[in-house]
Amino acid sequence: MAKSEFIYVTFIRTTPKKLWHALTDLEFGRKYWMGGHQETDWKVGSPWKLFFEGQLADSGEIVEFKPPKRLAIKWRHEMNPKAKAEGYGLCVMALEPMKGMVKLTVTHSIARKDSKLIEAVSGGWPSILSNLKSLMETGKVLMKTW
Amino acid sequence: MDAVFKALADAGRRKLLDALHRENGQTLKRLCDHLDMTRQAVSKHLSLLEAANLVVTVREGREKRHFLNPVPLYAIYTRWIGKYEVNRLSALSDLKNKLESKRKE
Repeated sequence: MAKSEFIYVTFIRTTPKKLWHALTDLEFGRKYWMGGHQETDWKVGSPWKLFFEGQLADSGEIVEFKPPKRLAIKWRHEMNPKAKAEGYGLCVMALEPMKGMVKLTVTHSIARKDSKLIEAVSGGWPSILSNLKSLMETGKVLMKTW
Repeated sequence: MDAVFKALADAGRRKLLDALHRENGQTLKRLCDHLDMTRQAVSKHLSLLEAANLVVTVREGREKRHFLNPVPLYAIYTRWIGKYEVNRLSALSDLKNKLESKRKE
């Protein structure tokens, strides 16, 4: 199948409402994005941008915004020229309450094989998600930058 | 975290994770084709890996696809490896400081 995709899952001891806030509050996001920050107004169809150290790293558009359940972003990598040339993939964040925890599933995909976009973003998600989990559960992040 | 260590404490299960790292999203059938294990053994290992959240499954029509989830591995890295690595590095820099300050005496 001509598709590159990864699925990351983490269980966080919190509520869907609090986790949704953590995912979409731009100031709060700075705490666990390892030195990165996002710019968007989260309206469906609005542009979305992710910066690291002032440099545009990824950009795209809000595709779905359904608090506190599902967030989808059309996502293109901007730094690696090969990954940028692949165009847009899709990043979906899904939240499901589960016995006092929230299951957060991040799916990142693009309709092509051996994608450089997927390679570029897949290295970052485990640390971002671990940082987010730690911040929600203990009030502290594991790492401030890469 | 116990479930993750238990899941990793088996060569067959580590092989399955390697197979998913090579090609993510494989079906049970495809995983069995490449590995020298019975279908039952692979299936059992996969459910243990899934319980430890190291493998995530997605149903697509009649097929179930398996994805490697490295998030729990990252938690082990920060909890165990990162911590001791930092200690080892600071021990080395302490030693360096000690040796250099002696030379000055």
